Amino acid sequence: MSGPSDYQPTNPALKWIERRLPIMGLAHSSFVAYPTPRNLNYWWTFGAILSMMLALQILTGVILAMHYTPEATMAFKSVEAIVRDVNYGWLLRNMHASGASMFFLAVYIHMFRGLYYGSYKEPREILWILGVIIYLLMMATGFMGYVLPWGQMSFWGATVITNLFSAIPYVGESIVTLLWGGYSIGNPTLNRFFSLHYLLPFVIAGVVVLHVWALHVSGQNNPAGVEAKTEKDTVPFTPYATIKDAFGISCFMLFFAWFIFYMPNYLGDADNYIPANPGVTPTHIVPEWYYLPFYAILRSIPNKLAGVIAMFSAIIVLAFLPWLDTARTRSSKYRPLAKQFFWIFVIVCVLLGYLGAQPPEGIYVIAGRILTFCYFAYFLILLPLLSRIETPRPTPNSIADDVLAKSGGKAAPMVSAAIALMVAGSLFLGSAQNARAAEDDTPPSLKWSFSGPLGKFDRGSLQRGLKVYKEVCASCHSLSYIAFRNLADPGGPGFSEAQAASFASEYKIKDGPNDQGEMFDRPGRVADYFPSPFPNEQAARAANGGAAPPDLSLITKARSYERGFPKFIFDFFTQFQEQGPNYVSAILQGFEDKPPAGVTVPDGSYYNKYFPGHAIKMPKPLSDGQVTFDDGSPATVAQYAHDVSTFLMWTAEPHMEARKRIGLQVFVFLILLTGLLYFTKKKVWASAH
Amino acid sequence: MTTASSADPTRRDFLFVATGAAAAVGGVATLWPLISQMNPDASTIAAGAPIEVDLTPIASGQDIKVFWRGKPIYIMNRTKKQIDEAREVPVASLKDPATDQSRVKEGHDQWLVVIGICTHLGCIPIAHEGNYDGFFCPCHGSQYDTSGRIRQGPAPANLPVPPYQFVSDSKIQIG
Repeated sequence: MSGPSDYQPTNPALKWIERRLPIMGLAHSSFVAYPTPRNLNYWWTFGAILSMMLALQILTGVILAMHYTPEATMAFKSVEAIVRDVNYGWLLRNMHASGASMFFLAVYIHMFRGLYYGSYKEPREILWILGVIIYLLMMATGFMGYVLPWGQMSFWGATVITNLFSAIPYVGESIVTLLWGGYSIGNPTLNRFFSLHYLLPFVIAGVVVLHVWALHVSGQNNPAGVEAKTEKDTVPFTPYATIKDAFGISCFMLFFAWFIFYMPNYLGDADNYIPANPGVTPTHIVPEWYYLPFYAILRSIPNKLAGVIAMFSAIIVLAFLPWLDTARTRSSKYRPLAKQFFWIFVIVCVLLGYLGAQPPEGIYVIAGRILTFCYFAYFLILLPLLSRIETPRPTPNSIADDVLAKSGGKAAPMVSAAIALMVAGSLFLGSAQNARAAEDDTPPSLKWSFSGPLGKFDRGSLQRGLKVYKEVCASCHSLSYIAFRNLADPGGPGFSEAQAASFASEYKIKDGPNDQGEMFDRPGRVADYFPSPFPNEQAARAANGGAAPPDLSLITKARSYERGFPKFIFDFFTQFQEQGPNYVSAILQGFEDKPPAGVTVPDGSYYNKYFPGHAIKMPKPLSDGQVTFDDGSPATVAQYAHDVSTFLMWTAEPHMEARKRIGLQVFVFLILLTGLLYFTKKKVWASAH
Repeated sequence: MTTASSADPTRRDFLFVATGAAAAVGGVATLWPLISQMNPDASTIAAGAPIEVDLTPIASGQDIKVFWRGKPIYIMNRTKKQIDEAREVPVASLKDPATDQSRVKEGHDQWLVVIGICTHLGCIPIAHEGNYDGFFCPCHGSQYDTSGRIRQGPAPANLPVPPYQFVSDSKIQIG
């Protein structure tokens, strides 16, 4: 479609370059003069969105790599150092982590578009297969990237996925040992994952070049599925597609910005804020959302090797689509049966995703097996069958005709949507009913000053919380990510530099060795971190009945609870992300002297209403009157719990106020930009319609 | 990222200009954090805070080397002979003219505090070496005197004096 260019520069310097390396002509023929169908809808902007996301992930990733340390004992801390100390580090980290989710969202939309409009059909088979290769590379890259922070989920997700390869007969164990570089997931694994995670995006970029090249050979597909024949069918890429892509990108950025600035942990797992512990497996190992459907398929098959084969087959089957669906009509717009089954397939994928996050028990297992069958049946039975038996509706004669014609057939999509929704709804309700019975030990939702888009930390509460920590919690719990200088940072408890220095000097910090080779104590300085009450983990365990009190710096991000359906959907819009502080506050107030009837608590543990399992090793830490506040706030357990939870929310995210403030500025800007781009697009396209 | 500005050069529509300007502003604003992140982060800045050095263990004629912000700093307790030698030199004859008095603190003339990085190409000169009983840089032969001033060799400038003050007679704060 893009033939030799008619582009000739007038500037003599550019002419000189062009004669030796016709790169400007190539850019011109590929992205300026390139004829693009004039009937494309907004599903076609996702190619540009994906290109932008790849560039953004590479850019933010390279920058993060300037500060990250890929070593097992330092990785977690280095990520926290990025978030806390590097200028705009919190922003870069949020962009990269949310960016991965956005990247996968865009790629799924892009793939479903291809499925619906038959973009995989002749002559675009290789284009499609290159896309499947890109998708596989993305999955590998995303998996390895998630391991890098070396949290609990990083470590155990890596353990589960690498263990899959042990299912291969004879060579399985050797392959796993080769992947690990040791006898288990460890430092060698982390190092090589970092290297490969840095490498693969550039491999992806190379395959993307091939992908765009293959696209330009055949030209783009379009919603009618009818190839472009004359000049009337197409418009030059610039300015028409360029401005439409720009508008699409801007809308996408708005959605993306919501995650970066307002819901950065919504798609993540709280367990990944706990440093990796090879001795403790999280209760629910869950991959990131974009792997969930395949995780569900893996767990549906009772046989280990068959499960692994099924999971990989679920992706590989995509590559065979051009030969499974041989229907002559390209676009599902003119295939009424295929269209309905497409939407059912979408629902199947969403439900598989939901199941991937549920514990593999009871009805979830049965539903998983049914849906896995449906997934494969769509590709292997349904599409080949439909190719033979379906009578398609007549397609328009040309793209130009398609643009001029009125769109009809509104009833058919509604019927198929209704069928799909009924199927989905019944499955949902079925599984919801058998879900774990709510015993109402869900922590109550409290009011927090920092919640919502304009939330701010209450300075007084932070200062009182610091006092509670210092006088009560610090005897057992460390706060090792907070330095005394952070107390003077903006958005925090509001100490002055002098006050922070004075606060620090009250502490004894171990330093050394001195010139005699001995360790010595000295008064704290602002650059020092809060000291740990115990010299090492073993001492912490010994002093606390075998259970080491966790570090509290990240506790409000490392703890969460199920909000359930449909609450978790509303939470996205209301920006609810206060599960952590609700939980901490509930635990502190949830001790009861007498456990309820029938509940026994082992020796050395205490009953707590909100602690999972109800037996907690920490004795009740707070009682009324324990801490007196200078500002006269009530000396009650409820007050202490509220203030210390607020303080711990700040220690977990010191830059929250900056995040929300800059988020507001970005949103205002993006809304303005999207509006401007919309009207510009309309003006540019006015001449085409 | 966005080629939002119009490809049609003959119609200077306000809308196109506004969109292009907005995109440009957005681009620059996005670029700033990406560049700023390379500046020293908060923990590096905190680690570069002023340090205090106790001078009592340094006997007359001795010197020590401490590190501040990653740079080596010589603290020399000069003998009367070394001070006199430094002050007898005609200032006009120096490559980088400076009086010894201007390089030490009044009332604490025996204490010389200089950054031990040769002003030629950055090696660390060796103390109490060379023709002037000052510093000698082994890399290319620059020689400094007992006031840390360049006397011989390719270095263009005197050894720099870091910001410091006397907290007490026996303690200085560097930085």
